[in-house]
Amino acid sequence: MRRPNIAPPELQSNHFEFNEKNLEKAKSIIAKYPKGKQASAVIPLLDLAQRQHNNWLPTVAMDYVADLLDMPAIKVYEVASFYTMFNRKPVGKHFIQVCRTTSCWLRGSDELVKTCERKLNIKPGEMTPDGKFSLVEVECLGAFVNAPMVQINDDYYEDLDVKNFEHLLGELASAQKVTIGSQTGREASCPIDGPTTLKKYAKKTKGDI
Amino acid sequence: MLEDKDRIFTNLYGFKSATLKSAMKRGDWDNTAGIIKKGKDWIIDEMKKSGMRGRGGAGFPTGLKWSFMPPKQENIPHYLVVNADESEPGTCKDRDILRNDPHKLIEGALIAGFAMGANTAYIYIRGEFYNEGSNVQRAIDEAYEAGFLGKNACESGWDFDVYLHRGAGAYICGEETAMLESLEGRKGQPRNKPPFPANAGLYSCPTTVNNVETIAAAPTILRRGGDWFASFGRERNAGTKLFCISGHVNNPCNVEESMSIPLRELIEKHAGGVRGGWENLKAIVPGGSSTPVLPKDMCDIVLMDFDALIEAGSGLGTAGIIVMDKSTDIIEAICRFSHFYMHESCGQCTPCREGTGWLWRVLKRMVKGDATVEEIDKLYEVTKQIEGHTICALGDAAAWPVQGLIRHFRHDIEDRIKQYRKQVA
Repeated sequence: MRRPNIAPPELQSNHFEFNEKNLEKAKSIIAKYPKGKQASAVIPLLDLAQRQHNNWLPTVAMDYVADLLDMPAIKVYEVASFYTMFNRKPVGKHFIQVCRTTSCWLRGSDELVKTCERKLNIKPGEMTPDGKFSLVEVECLGAFVNAPMVQINDDYYEDLDVKNFEHLLGELASAQKVTIGSQTGREASCPIDGPTTLKKYAKKTKGDI
Repeated sequence: MLEDKDRIFTNLYGFKSATLKSAMKRGDWDNTAGIIKKGKDWIIDEMKKSGMRGRGGAGFPTGLKWSFMPPKQENIPHYLVVNADESEPGTCKDRDILRNDPHKLIEGALIAGFAMGANTAYIYIRGEFYNEGSNVQRAIDEAYEAGFLGKNACESGWDFDVYLHRGAGAYICGEETAMLESLEGRKGQPRNKPPFPANAGLYSCPTTVNNVETIAAAPTILRRGGDWFASFGRERNAGTKLFCISGHVNNPCNVEESMSIPLRELIEKHAGGVRGGWENLKAIVPGGSSTPVLPKDMCDIVLMDFDALIEAGSGLGTAGIIVMDKSTDIIEAICRFSHFYMHESCGQCTPCREGTGWLWRVLKRMVKGDATVEEIDKLYEVTKQIEGHTICALGDAAAWPVQGLIRHFRHDIEDRIKQYRKQVA
């Protein structure tokens, strides 16, 4: 069960509406579902709203989505509070989610949390004063064979250890380009020592696409 | 050992591109219309013959599931929903299909959709898989452009639309009826069954929910024949399967292998063995967090299939193998699972909502040793109060790992309690 975690009134916005581009997008999302079933679009539309609003959802945005989909506002609040990816209070520009479930823990996820605490001086649930980073611990992000890993905004960063994670945080802090995915140069979920299967596919052949 | 020529997911690691052109070189979308023209009954029969059991964890026979869809009625659409909400701790196989082999999934959706009379499929992908979702969307767009989807898909005479639907972070939406609730725009709280989705599913219309791996394997099975697929693994446990090996092994990886492969062989052949050698093994969770943990002596001999793992008192689940060596605090490992289930309980049924938190709080104390020996029995009893008393299987899934811990590692808990007593005294 999730605890209520909502921005206080002084942080709430007064107004929200989709910009032109997102309104178009919203219409094409609604069109994916049968007539009269537009409520199906509530999760994608809340996501769109969150993306437009610095990665968090003020109450007015939920009301706006409710109006757009002709749903009671409470039904939208229910959805926004049920699903963990909706942030109902401000988060940092780099929203760091450290996976804490067993496989990542076995391979050192606690160290990643400590690294954040040490380098950024914040604890899980907190944001740096400059608004650049915020940190949360989350459950299972579904990338176990590349454990431990974190998700920062939309991207996964995998095969982490204290050293390469510190490096990554440093790069993010100074707004450099970072490598998404494995931080050890591994190909997806392939064994680090090289594949034990599908070896012939690993070779680059002429006319490869 | 399975040979490469019999592997379905030849782009598992993304050595080649995921584009349509590249996928077609690997044999996807090859005469799809020919398969469809053989008819619905042929497809379902061939799937039955293949012995394919659902790859999402429950292991229900796929051909049989497809045959449950009622005859088509005027104005009542049928739906296929593909479950790409992969969140079972220990499992990350579908992710590789979504990012590296999405065309297998889309082609499979068309064929499966045709077999069950559905003109529409929704692929429900977990929201965290943002890049994977974008990859699937790209593949869908490519398929439309090539005429493989839409009106008269692949010139098969069948109209078929595929839509990607992103979730927003809720493990429970991997449960099929919770997924349907979520797709309809509500909280993901499982529905009571009956009615089963085949009769009243999405928008109360006949619906079948299938796992990504199941659907993505279907085109290859139909091309090569049910008998080919059935030739791997033991009876009732047929086929090839994606295994995810994580935790204390030298080379964590995903790999496609034959069903019924011995667990030890699987780990030593593909994952570089247990860290510090096989003798350094303490325990293995064989099929994702929901399946009870197995101690080393059972891991020595157990085969990786549905029946062998049930016999061992565990389950194949999603085949997410979590390896723990002797350095592992096994109580904490299971305690983390309990925290997971507490966090992911949808809150609908009291035994699960209250019980999962209860399990975690007691285990948290047991990690320290701050408990009594009698409480171990109490803990076991509480898991029995949760198991089977909830609408969906999340309650069972929360109970089983704790039961496995007590069954095989009771002495560890008792030792910890004794140690703690000594310390405080």
